[in-house]
Amino acid sequence: MHINVIDRQGVHHRLEALEGFRVMEIIRDWGLDIKAECGGACACATCHVHVSPDWMDHLPEIRDDEIESLDLAFDVNHNSRLSCQLIMTEELDGLTVTLAPGTETENRDAA
Amino acid sequence: MSQPIETDVVIVGAGPVGLFAVFELGLLDLRCHLIDILDRPGGQCAELYPEKPIYDIPGIPEISGQELTDNLLRQIAPFNPEFHYGEMVTALSRRDDGAFDVETDQGKTFNAKVVVIAAGGGSFQPKRPPIPGIEAFEGKSVFYAVRKMEAFRDEDVVIVGGGDSALDWTLNLQKVARSVTLVHRRPEFRAAPDSVNKMWALQEEGKLEFIQGQVTELKGADGLVSGLTVKTSDGEKELTASRMLPFFGLTMKLGPVADWGLNLEQNLIPVDTEKFGTSEPGIFAVGDINTYPGKLKLILSGFHEAALMAQAAKRIVHPDQRVVFQYTTSSTSLQKKLKAA
Repeated sequence: MHINVIDRQGVHHRLEALEGFRVMEIIRDWGLDIKAECGGACACATCHVHVSPDWMDHLPEIRDDEIESLDLAFDVNHNSRLSCQLIMTEELDGLTVTLAPGTETENRDAA
Repeated sequence: MSQPIETDVVIVGAGPVGLFAVFELGLLDLRCHLIDILDRPGGQCAELYPEKPIYDIPGIPEISGQELTDNLLRQIAPFNPEFHYGEMVTALSRRDDGAFDVETDQGKTFNAKVVVIAAGGGSFQPKRPPIPGIEAFEGKSVFYAVRKMEAFRDEDVVIVGGGDSALDWTLNLQKVARSVTLVHRRPEFRAAPDSVNKMWALQEEGKLEFIQGQVTELKGADGLVSGLTVKTSDGEKELTASRMLPFFGLTMKLGPVADWGLNLEQNLIPVDTEKFGTSEPGIFAVGDINTYPGKLKLILSGFHEAALMAQAAKRIVHPDQRVVFQYTTSSTSLQKKLKAA
């Protein structure tokens, strides 16, 4: 299984993904720049992604706490999700997401 | 500058690891002052996930961030730590006698023999919206907090966000500002229902405006905002504005730690795994802010680090005393200290 991630610089990454892992964890563990400050607690909105429109129907339904946390994100659109709330399944094999503004860590910010 | 506060140890950060460090240092008779930029203890536990359960504290199958913080405060109470909230350590320098001068942004100074950095991911600071050029307006017409309401009198104020801060200031500033516009991405808010009702009522009366959308552009010159662009579901809207207040919560920034002359690796402080000392003798780093081979950012790892750090700190503060390792279960002297509260 894999996911496709477009980082804040516009670079495409094809990442191997393991079932049961959060999309945020896959992005982070492959070393891409993602702040994901609260570590997956749906609290900080710094793992915000824009999901490729054709994948929206495949995603688990968004819950109220995720909608509320998205209030802390920037450039929130109809295809906005917190990648810590997307758990990898067969169904999501090939999922494409773009990291949204506000997900950069400080290091790369300065670069 | 006020009279310096003399102490054995200054702990930078009052998160779970900073709090537990008070316990380990206290068992060794070291007095601690803690400084934290937040207005309460608990660090990330209190700020990011006070109600979320934590499952990996040894011996505690499930506990919320707030409960863990409360328990730690009870656990360290016998050692009478002193807390300095809402303050950020800005400067740290070594004195001629080998001890440290610690200064905060509120003008407090400390003389400490040992400094323990338990600052997690750095200090919590307001999130900056990714609006091009916003930095140039900050502190002049874009603010992340309201210090004096008078500064907004007769101004055209745009408040952005959907939480309690956004709603509270919308209601308060509406009384003094020339105009108040609240901009939020959706017509629902995660704020006190009473505030939300009041806001809608004032909008009904024409005393403020709510716009559903997101700010994409700031216009103005010399740091002074003159207007801004809001992206809404039916296109872009131009607003007149002389002040903007974005409220998108807090995020951790390393902040002044970077200026204290310590070795850093990717915004983390490398330490040894025997004492958790930094590149500067007498300055230790524990918890999420440190790094070493195999480091895991777990609360339990920070607790372990604090225990070992305390042994080394004791030798610095009291070089003349022999450090005898004792258990709280069997040592009458430790038990006496714990019951002294």
